[in-house]
Order: sequence, then structure tokens, then C-alpha cells
Amino acid sequence: MDPVSTVSLAVAGLAFAYPDGHQALFGVDFTVARGERVALLGPNGAGKTTLVLHLNGILTGGTGTVTVAGLEVGKRHMAEIRRRVGIVFQDPDDQLFMPTVREDVAFGPAAAGLRGAGLEERVDRALGLVGMAEFKDRPPHHLSFGQRRRVAVATVLAMEPEILVLDEPSSNLDPASRRELADILRSLDVTVLMVTHDLPYALELCPRSLILSDGVIAADGGTADLLADEALMRAHRLELPYGFDPRSVPAPPGRS
Amino acid sequence: MGAGHAHRLYRHGHSPVHALPPHTKIAAVLAFVVVVVSTPREAMVAFAGYAALLALVAYAARVPPGFLLRRLLIEVPFVAFAVLLPFVAQGERVDVLGLSLSVDGLWGAWNVLAKGTLGVAASVLLAATTELREVLLGLQRLRLPPLLVQIASFMVRYGDVVTDEMRRMRIARESRGFEARGVRHWGVLAKSAGALFIRSYERGERVHLAMVSRGYAGAMPVIDEVTASRAQWCRALALPSAALVVCLLGWTL
Repeated sequence: MDPVSTVSLAVAGLAFAYPDGHQALFGVDFTVARGERVALLGPNGAGKTTLVLHLNGILTGGTGTVTVAGLEVGKRHMAEIRRRVGIVFQDPDDQLFMPTVREDVAFGPAAAGLRGAGLEERVDRALGLVGMAEFKDRPPHHLSFGQRRRVAVATVLAMEPEILVLDEPSSNLDPASRRELADILRSLDVTVLMVTHDLPYALELCPRSLILSDGVIAADGGTADLLADEALMRAHRLELPYGFDPRSVPAPPGRS
Repeated sequence: MGAGHAHRLYRHGHSPVHALPPHTKIAAVLAFVVVVVSTPREAMVAFAGYAALLALVAYAARVPPGFLLRRLLIEVPFVAFAVLLPFVAQGERVDVLGLSLSVDGLWGAWNVLAKGTLGVAASVLLAATTELREVLLGLQRLRLPPLLVQIASFMVRYGDVVTDEMRRMRIARESRGFEARGVRHWGVLAKSAGALFIRSYERGERVHLAMVSRGYAGAMPVIDEVTASRAQWCRALALPSAALVVCLLGWTL
């Protein structure tokens, strides 16, 4: 196969300093192949959010390049890039800004120009994928937190993105909602980049992990291997929950 | 607020009035109010006619009178102002029950009361038969500046979120033994209000980020195209047209 077409996301030499002089990224390089699920791990302040905001061109102006399925992130293709990179933000109340679930899910595709039956069908499909079809006409505020997070995922899926970027997808979820979201993410046929501190969740969902620390990719490898490397983990302030041993966990279930 | 607010004003139903497209209803209410306001205050019969027209609409919309009257209570502060007018206005005076009242003031009070009540009643009927969401769609369709529609729809969406945040801050304050008693505590309340403002502002920035990430470029995409047929427009405009006839009769008779 042609190597270019199988790469969903390529980040090369990305460095960025905020206007106040704080440098958050010091040359980040990695690629994510189409269909992969990759976890981006790192302690607070490692630059994870800064990196995410570069993926769809919200932040620009540093050096280096971000390429999404062969298209370089830049002013010229911004609309297309934002359609291809679906970011699910941490707080669903920030993500769900329309009066009803349906309109929220329709927002992205409608902004891209889809109308009428095509739009309706897209909304139904996205809500169906996250199991929220019957909540279509409800206001987002009346849903539980787990349901809101799922709708937030649907709002992004409705844009049929090349890559789904999730910022702390498991935060504030109860164990059942957490498992439901994992099932949903596993069932999706889409490239996933998951930013998280939740190491067991990363192990469960992502065969591969990147560790971002002090603005560079400090490690890139199999999630189970990285989590088992105690020296590496300690060096980057990553800690497993009490009693959790990545070596004793059964192999994660495959894509269902 | 938000949907909770909508539930209180809105009365779910399937009447012919509910079924009309929102922008036709908004236009009808606006035209009706304009007609009412431009009626001379001496044309008492015309006002009775308007009230009868609204009663007909309420009947068609299956809005019970009790519901309508309770919602009319919002008008009370204006009524209080109207009641003052006969006492404070200048000019010729009459004696009513031993009180010396200004004739001009009486007419003024009647004017405010009649026109205000009719306007509020028409708006209550609109709100009772049109969901808040639909009102926004209707305003959008009537080419209200998109920025205003967006601001209003964000108010609808985030009212609950901000109220919730306010409640959490109050609980946090009270959990640490704070009770607002008297002027000395106003400082704390003011700081809470400031913190709430900053939180909301920051949320606004995050929401904007989420919108931009999904292709927002300054204009809300049209998701629901509301359209009205000629027949629907005719039905909606029946109210202001009938009111106009009553008004003209009021001028000429």
C-alpha cells in the first residue's frame, strides 16, 4: 500500500511557545496510522492540550508541521482540516452548545453545508453509534454526565472525521459509563488519539501509547510495555492506580 | 432557566395555533401589538374587541383562561404604576368615592392598563403555543440580526449551567460556615458574582473553541429551515387583520 494514504496523522518537529513566552512544545514527532488507537500519556503541564489544539489548527504559529491524511494543517484548508480532525473536549458542557441534542450533532455537518435528509441521516447514524438515538430531542443539560459525553462523541462522529481526538474521555465518568464509552470507542471504525492520565483506560483501549513529557515525545511503544517500565513511568510522573499491575491484566479485547 | 424555563411558559399541545410556523406567529403578535398601541384610548369598544379576539385565539389554542390569567401576573409592576397616575397627574380633576383624581391621569392609567394587558396577553399566548427553541428559529427566519439570535440561544442553553454553577458556589460558601446576613457580607457576595462572571467568560472561550473546532466561522449553520405556506400566513395574520378592522371602526365611530 502507498504509505502516505495509510497515515492518518503525522506531526513533525512541532514546537510552540505561548505569547507570554512559555514554551510548551519542543519538537514533537510522531505518526498515527489509519485505524490505530493511540493513547497520549503525560503528566499535567506536559503540553498535551497544546498539542491537541495544534491538530486542528486552533493554535498555529510555531514551527513544524501537522499533516492529517496528507493535508497539511494551515490557513488554506482550515475548514477541511476541522472536518477531518474531530476533537472531543473534556467538559461536555463546552462541547454541547445547542439547545437540543439533535441540533448539536447536526452543527458540524450543517456548517460544512449538509442539509435536509442527508443531514438528518447523518445525525441519526452518529447518535446510533453512541447509543443515544432516543435522546435526539432532549436538551443536553437534562442528560447525565455519561450521556453528555457520549453525545459529545456523536457531535464529532457526525462530521465523519479521519481521526477522533479525545481529551480525557474517562474523566468524571462512573465505572459503568466508563465501560460503556470504552465499548463504543472500541466499536468505532476510526483512528483514535486519546489524551489521558487514566492509564488502565489507555491499556484497555489503545495498543500503542506515546508519552509526552516536557514538550517532547519521551517514549513511543506498546501500552503494556510502557506501563510495565517502572523507571520510565517514574521519570515522567506517571503513576498506576494502587494495586494495578499492567502485567497481570489479560490482553485487551480486540476490535469488536 | 433553559428548558426548565420553557416548560413553565410553554403549554404542550397540538392545536391549530401550536401548528403555525413560529415566524408567522411572531409577526402576527407584533402587528397586533402595533395596531393595539395605535388605537386612541377613548375607543373603549375597540379594546373590548381586541380582548375578544385574543379570547378566540386562546380558545383555538386550547389555553385555559386560568393559565392565561396567571401568566398575566407578570404585568403587576406596570399596573402599580398605572394606578398611581390618577393621583399624580395634573389638570382637571373629578371626585370618585371622595378621592380627587385627575381626569387626564385616569385616561392615562386606562391607556397603560388596556394596551399593556393586551400586549402581555398576546405575548403569553405566543409563548404558550411556541417552544422557546421555535421562537429562536422564527426570529432567525424573520432576519433578526444573527448575532442577537445566537446570544439568545446561548442564553437558553447555558442559563441552567450558570445557575447550577451559582448554586454550587453558594453551597461551597455555606459549607464553610458563611451566611449572608446584612451589609457586611455583601463583599463576599460581590466577589462570588465576580468569580461567576469570570467562570462564565472562560466557559464562553471554551465553547467558542469547541464551535471553531466543528467548523464555526461566524454564522450559525441553518439546521431547521422553517417555512410557511400562504395559508399558514393567512391564518396567522387573521388576528392582526381582524384587530385592524376593529381599530378602524374605533377611529371612525
